[in-house]
Amino acid sequence: MSGTFTKSMARNIFFGGTVFFALLFIALTFDSMQTLPKRDNRANLTPAVAAGKKVWEVNNCIGCHTLLGEGAYFAPELGNVYKRRGPEFIKAWIQSQPTGTPGRRQMPNFHLTEQQLNDLVEFLKYTSEINTANWPPNIEG
Amino acid sequence: MQYSSQSVAKPYFIAAIGLFLGQILFGLIMGLQYVIGDFLFPAIPFNVARMVHTNLLIVWLLFGFMGAAYYMIPEEAETELYSPKLALLMFWVFLVAGAATILGYLLVPYATLAKFTGNDILETMGREFLEQPLLTKIGIVVVALVFLFNLTMTMLKGRKTSIGIVLMMGLWGLAVMFLFSFYNPHNLVLDKYFWWWVVHLWVEGVWELILGALLAFVLVKVTGVDREVIEKWLYVIITLTLVTGIIGTGHHYFWIGTPEYWQWWGSVFSALEPIPFFAMTVFAFNMVNRRRREHPNKAATLWALGTGVMSFLGAGVWGFLHTLAPVNYYTHGTQITAAHGHMAFYGAYAMVVITIISYAMPILRGRAANSEKAQVMEMWSFWLMTVAMVFITLFLTAAGILQVWLQRYSATPIPFMAAQDQLAIFYWLREGTGVMFLVGLLVYIASFFVGGETKSRAA
Repeated sequence: MSGTFTKSMARNIFFGGTVFFALLFIALTFDSMQTLPKRDNRANLTPAVAAGKKVWEVNNCIGCHTLLGEGAYFAPELGNVYKRRGPEFIKAWIQSQPTGTPGRRQMPNFHLTEQQLNDLVEFLKYTSEINTANWPPNIEG
Repeated sequence: MQYSSQSVAKPYFIAAIGLFLGQILFGLIMGLQYVIGDFLFPAIPFNVARMVHTNLLIVWLLFGFMGAAYYMIPEEAETELYSPKLALLMFWVFLVAGAATILGYLLVPYATLAKFTGNDILETMGREFLEQPLLTKIGIVVVALVFLFNLTMTMLKGRKTSIGIVLMMGLWGLAVMFLFSFYNPHNLVLDKYFWWWVVHLWVEGVWELILGALLAFVLVKVTGVDREVIEKWLYVIITLTLVTGIIGTGHHYFWIGTPEYWQWWGSVFSALEPIPFFAMTVFAFNMVNRRRREHPNKAATLWALGTGVMSFLGAGVWGFLHTLAPVNYYTHGTQITAAHGHMAFYGAYAMVVITIISYAMPILRGRAANSEKAQVMEMWSFWLMTVAMVFITLFLTAAGILQVWLQRYSATPIPFMAAQDQLAIFYWLREGTGVMFLVGLLVYIASFFVGGETKSRAA
């Protein structure tokens, strides 16, 4: 860098640039918040969905699975599992864990009640109806 | 060391290295579970091992950052630390809270842990990287505030250098952005949107300020290049970081229910995110080439150069690889993401913490640099860990490409687990290079116990 470009110039560009792009980000966030109601399926955000989200969280499901592509990559994507498997399969699957098949990846049994299972399925149904710009590319997730 | 209160950094650095070892051991457990699915089941299910692996990473890096700040700020401000006692007290609070949290993960079912730590009062748990119980999260905030208070008071009474200011901005930013971890709405899209304000704006935002400050500090010390020059570079680099990185958050807003214009904003700005990392590499090599002294600590210089190169490869190149929306549509949430995550965290944050430890620890132990023998050993550990990480990344990338093809791209997509079965060879190779990484880390730890004639001053 040439001698005419001083440290204080660099510092001013840093503060100016950071403030400008932070404000732009906040503006985009504000606009996103206005657009979200059309995409995030909040109309179907029932108490059961909220309860299901809590079941999802307190059993650390994200520690193995992805949800809308975020999480761990050890077990299948569940953002669209409601569409892939349907409610009854999901409940039966969770209840039948672990499979105990030697050498296969094992999912713990979380001893969920019928109510918790239903709530979780409601949460997964709600999630599957979020407008994700056609992601994932196919039903396998 | 110039100021006796800098010595509080020592326990922070020791704890960081100890927790780093724990992180790697759990990484190896998970790596094995990828191919021997029922390994250690049900004692340590994968989700628990992963939580321990990622949380230990975060905690040891935080210990490293805090140790670095306690070492650097007195020297930069040219005054003793405001309160060394408070710094030591916070060390023990953080260590005990961290250990209790990890033990909680390992010994108690997560749902039980949530129930007994106040998750019903404020639901914050069960989200990736933010799995900590409410009590731990509050503890992190308290420790961070006391830490920031201590350092800010130190700086206020002393010299305010650019390196010091940038470091403090990064650390304050870290604490402020963490507050979003307490916001967890029922609406999943909102939850994810602001979850990234912690995760992305940490690792691709304020943490990079810390990274830049640590690197600049070590380069000032080992090269003897004029501080004005190095600090000018530092400002240029962090400008590029935040100008690209803030809007770059948009690369996480492609497929989570957010407006589709983020595909443009996110792709364009995050495609520019490698530039600051490239600048950092050029910076590190440039300064070392223009050095005005031959500092006896060769190992620290090697780590500093390595940080530049590996953060550019891991965060820059491997980030760019899957950041454009049309590519990310296929790669989102696959082993490609895992490959990027591993090399980026190692190259940027693990390596910069080791850089400052490598520079500061000999001084904290009363010498300018370790003996030739100890340094050679440390440099061996550099190459073992770094080469291992390159191969871990390459194998995970290969697994990811195959996974994308089988599960997402081919004309006949196959289910997740069927695809995983076909990736086994790459997971085995990754586990092998993981063992190599562990060997490197053990060599690194052993290098602290090698004696020999230490170096007292710059040659």
